[in-house]
Amino acid sequence: MDIQLPAHYYDRLFEGLQVTLQVLALAFALGIVLSVVLGVARLSPSRIARSVSLAWIEVTRGISTIVLLFWMAYALPILLGVDQPSLLLMGSIALGINMGGYGGEIVRGAIQSVPRGQTEASIALNLTETQRLRHVILPQAMRIILPPMGNLTIEILKGTALVSLISLSDLSYEGVKLRVSGRLSPDAPSDAVLFVNILVIYFVVAQIINGLFRLAEWRVNRRFEGARNGVELSPSPKVTAGAGG
Amino acid sequence: MSTDTDPVTPSPAGAHHVAPPDIRPWWLRPKTFVIAAGVVVFAAFMWRFGGGDIRFSTEHRPRPGTTFDWDYFFALVPDMLRGIWVTAQATVAGFAVALVIGLLLALGRRSRLRVVRLPVALFIEFVRSTPLLIQLYFVYYALPDWDITLGAFVTLVIGLGVHYGTYCSEAYRAGINSVPKGQWEASTALNLGPTTKWSQIIIPQAIPNVLPALGNFLIAGFKDAPLGSTIQVTGILAFATAASGRSFDAGVEPYTLIGIGFLLVSIPSAWLVRRLERRIAYERIS
Repeated sequence: MDIQLPAHYYDRLFEGLQVTLQVLALAFALGIVLSVVLGVARLSPSRIARSVSLAWIEVTRGISTIVLLFWMAYALPILLGVDQPSLLLMGSIALGINMGGYGGEIVRGAIQSVPRGQTEASIALNLTETQRLRHVILPQAMRIILPPMGNLTIEILKGTALVSLISLSDLSYEGVKLRVSGRLSPDAPSDAVLFVNILVIYFVVAQIINGLFRLAEWRVNRRFEGARNGVELSPSPKVTAGAGG
Repeated sequence: MSTDTDPVTPSPAGAHHVAPPDIRPWWLRPKTFVIAAGVVVFAAFMWRFGGGDIRFSTEHRPRPGTTFDWDYFFALVPDMLRGIWVTAQATVAGFAVALVIGLLLALGRRSRLRVVRLPVALFIEFVRSTPLLIQLYFVYYALPDWDITLGAFVTLVIGLGVHYGTYCSEAYRAGINSVPKGQWEASTALNLGPTTKWSQIIIPQAIPNVLPALGNFLIAGFKDAPLGSTIQVTGILAFATAASGRSFDAGVEPYTLIGIGFLLVSIPSAWLVRRLERRIAYERIS
């Protein structure tokens, strides 16, 4: 059995892949911002910030991605009275919100794992709260954030397949369209070949994301080790490679 | 559900009762029959009642000109509950499949044979990093090429089962690795066979540690189960799609309703899992 598709199939699939990557990039950008904001707000001294971020995280984690996506695409524009919203934007926002909920908990856990002495030292050095977060806490939390964040990004990549259901022409959508149009021609590849090819494309993209996060991890660790002159202060926190989503 | 009693040593009150080793081979032990009967009954129940073809009632429509019609919203609740019931059934059945597949994958990944270990590792990585949606399409549309035709509900159950099976296998692996080395050495010293070692020593100690992780996967599976609507499972999302298709701006209420329906199930279950997590952490310390 031939497991390659005809060339024009790949053209269509790669067009779809561009939309997938676009959605992934937008969702990732929004997701990272939300994660940091929520993670920090969860540990804020203000009671209001704490409870609002907790409620936000619980709701966005509790709701299914696909339900959130449909609600954002079909219900929210009517409630807000917006005609013809950009589905690409709505889909990305829905995925980004979903990612932010999970990412917020990752960031919170990582910030909490930074030893308390670091916070106390920055207060003693008279750093402002922003400086403390930006220069002391987050760089150290980064080592713990990166591995689960990589898993979460792959979960979001998998989530981008859902935007095909609100008829954005992403990789999955093109695949389904090719399947339907292939029925009319006798020499079309079988459904199995088509879907295995799509799965492999997703797999390759996921491995690339994985590699990028490994690289970032390596760089952060190297910087960290260098700054400490090889003195091991605490056992390196290796987060178990569980699922992000 | 062990029916064995110990006639030799009556255990003193308060002490842990240690059952003598069962000399019967594992396939003759009563426990096996109880588990097998449970699986058969569960499978039969799912086969008979699972994912019945529901028709969602059509008489309700929102009043024209309103953005959010509360009467329409409440009129949709019974249908939503029927939809969520189908989704929940698919989740539970899928997760039961996932627990079994996950165990097999976890054992396969530990295998001493490289021809078993490497393909299993690749399969886990592949399934984990590709979308469930396309996997469902594959099972639904591509498997008939090899004369395997499954109904929509069964497809969803198998899709969820395999997808979350790979996640569960990773959890099991962590649990198995957390069993202290002395336990392995002790089973070797006692000359226990592989079946006894795994079923009596390793698995009973490995599973409790990973129960919270498994619970999280169950909730995650529930969130993915609405995907069944893409292959005509009449679950919760199919209900919303059907309801929103009835008139021009009927989409707001059903989609909001299923969002709320989801939260009502998933937030309490997440809370339960967290409680379980704390409790297990507590028991591990003491």
